[in-house]
Amino acid sequence: MANWTEEKISVAGTELAMIKGGSGKPLLIFHDELGYTGWMTWNMELAETRQLLMPLQPGFGKTPRLDWVRTYRDLAGFYSRVVRELHLDPVDVIGFSAGGYIAAEMAAADPRIFSRMILVAPMGIKPAEGEIMDIFPMTMRTHLRATVADPLHTPEFTKIYGGEMTPAQFEAFEEARSESARIGWEPYMHNPSLPHLLEGLSLPTLLMWGSRDRVVPRGCIDAYRRAIKGAQVQVIEGAGHRPEIENSAEFAKGVTNFLKG
Amino acid sequence: MGSVMNVEASIARITKKPKIVLIGNPLPVLKHPLRMAEELAEIDLISRGRLVTGWVRGAGSEQFFNNANPAYNRELFNEAHDFIIQAWTRPGPWRYEGKHFNYRHVNPWALPYQKPHPQMWIPGVLSPETVQWCAEHRYPYIGLGTAIGPTCDLWDFYADAAAHLGYQAGPENFGYLVPTFLAETEERAQELGRNFAFGGGQNAFSRPEHTLPPGYNSRDAIRRLARQPGGSWLGVSADKLGGSRHDDEEVTDFDEVRTKLTAGYKKSQQNLQTIIGTPKTVLPKLKTLMRVLRPGVLIVFNIQGPVGNEDRMTSMRLLAQEVMPEMREYARELDLPDSFTRTPGSVAFRSGSKRDPVVDRSPLSQLGLA
Repeated sequence: MANWTEEKISVAGTELAMIKGGSGKPLLIFHDELGYTGWMTWNMELAETRQLLMPLQPGFGKTPRLDWVRTYRDLAGFYSRVVRELHLDPVDVIGFSAGGYIAAEMAAADPRIFSRMILVAPMGIKPAEGEIMDIFPMTMRTHLRATVADPLHTPEFTKIYGGEMTPAQFEAFEEARSESARIGWEPYMHNPSLPHLLEGLSLPTLLMWGSRDRVVPRGCIDAYRRAIKGAQVQVIEGAGHRPEIENSAEFAKGVTNFLKG
Repeated sequence: MGSVMNVEASIARITKKPKIVLIGNPLPVLKHPLRMAEELAEIDLISRGRLVTGWVRGAGSEQFFNNANPAYNRELFNEAHDFIIQAWTRPGPWRYEGKHFNYRHVNPWALPYQKPHPQMWIPGVLSPETVQWCAEHRYPYIGLGTAIGPTCDLWDFYADAAAHLGYQAGPENFGYLVPTFLAETEERAQELGRNFAFGGGQNAFSRPEHTLPPGYNSRDAIRRLARQPGGSWLGVSADKLGGSRHDDEEVTDFDEVRTKLTAGYKKSQQNLQTIIGTPKTVLPKLKTLMRVLRPGVLIVFNIQGPVGNEDRMTSMRLLAQEVMPEMREYARELDLPDSFTRTPGSVAFRSGSKRDPVVDRSPLSQLGLA
């Protein structure tokens, strides 16, 4: 069933850990601020027609931390170098939450690096209204539960977080939180100059958002839409911050349709 | 007083003799360490060299409240410390370009009265990394009401590191803070002493989720935490998660909290981590702490909960008149020089020999604390 592998690639001056799965045209995927959660239903569905490339963010346990990366913009610069060195450009991209922030920074610096961009509940721009939830001063339990609208009726949420946590999982979780804090602490999970650099972007862009998202408010989607004229918006009704596991069928359908062009 | 130093500045002006011990400045939350260097220098000047300073990493909650990036806590501590020492000792103007701080022109208006700079004592709650750092810098380490057994272990750890660095540690390298309260009668002391547990006591410095901000702990400390058994992602098992009806409610049973607090308060007296009573009952306990830990500095910590001024004055009077004279005598008997009498790190250690003991654990088994 699992047609994926985890590889180490010597690229951009480091040993980058990468999850690779499926076959077809490459699809670059940036995981969120908590790290890669494992191969889920949405991965399986997309991997039927595409080769998924999911780099594991430096400092999150598998890829060494890069001390010189001090902001999301630095991280975006690093990933742009990865894309260039692996000759992936132009490539389709999906970024989740803080991963959306990374993709948006990359597009702002060089739109030609991507062919189509999907930002799922993206951080990165200060919301027009509301606030990006402060995920750092809260317990693991409170934070994780806030990421889905209905924890009890989200089977894949239970699959990821329902059981006992191994020491290795605890360490990985803390490493992810630490690294996200290190580069996203201030201004909190956004960059005031990003919307200005996105203005005039002609890259086909899809903004996806769950209508019950408690982490990233609708105001972020509005702010992105204001910056990127012509960006499409797909609201997944009833989902929270993780539509890909809360309603993977609708999520995968939306992604597939958009990427078909 | 955290980073509010007006109080110490006024004490510098209105007193003549006492040392002004200001050891709780959290370095990692500073945006402007040059200003810190100048303000402390000013207090040292006004007091004619009576300032003792020192630094902390800051509790987890202080990282949030000062918007200080916890993932850089240790780096910020080290860089601000090194910068402040330079600002006090290196003739300006000079340029500073560090990782976290930048100054084109460092040329402080005020420099410390004491040369090269005031003493530094470092308080902590037994982080081995901090103890090691203190040993390397020959700074006295102050245990903040820490459990007596582990405190002995960390003193030994410090002394071993010191021997490795070529000096013999002694009382001048150690200090200990203990919550202490006295009254005329045992009943009154116990009644008021309960206020040490007010608001949750020492362990309730902040909400649990504020105590460990991301990146605040070292990787080793996280590893130690990860090995503690019984962890689950959501605080409940997979079965319970599926069957739970009260998904988002986190119920607090305050009676249970109260029972635990009272038990903890009693235990802290048995463990000598809180000392309450009349001069007659307090003195032998403080003497035991002095004998076991051999600190050059002993700090008594008053109640943070609600106690009236009169009772506080009584406690201080009893301490000053009926306890301290005998403690001073006992310190001489035990030979406990402080860091003013003997410079920390000034006693050479001869390699190949065995280092002198820095603690005396012999009373611990009798007290059931071994």
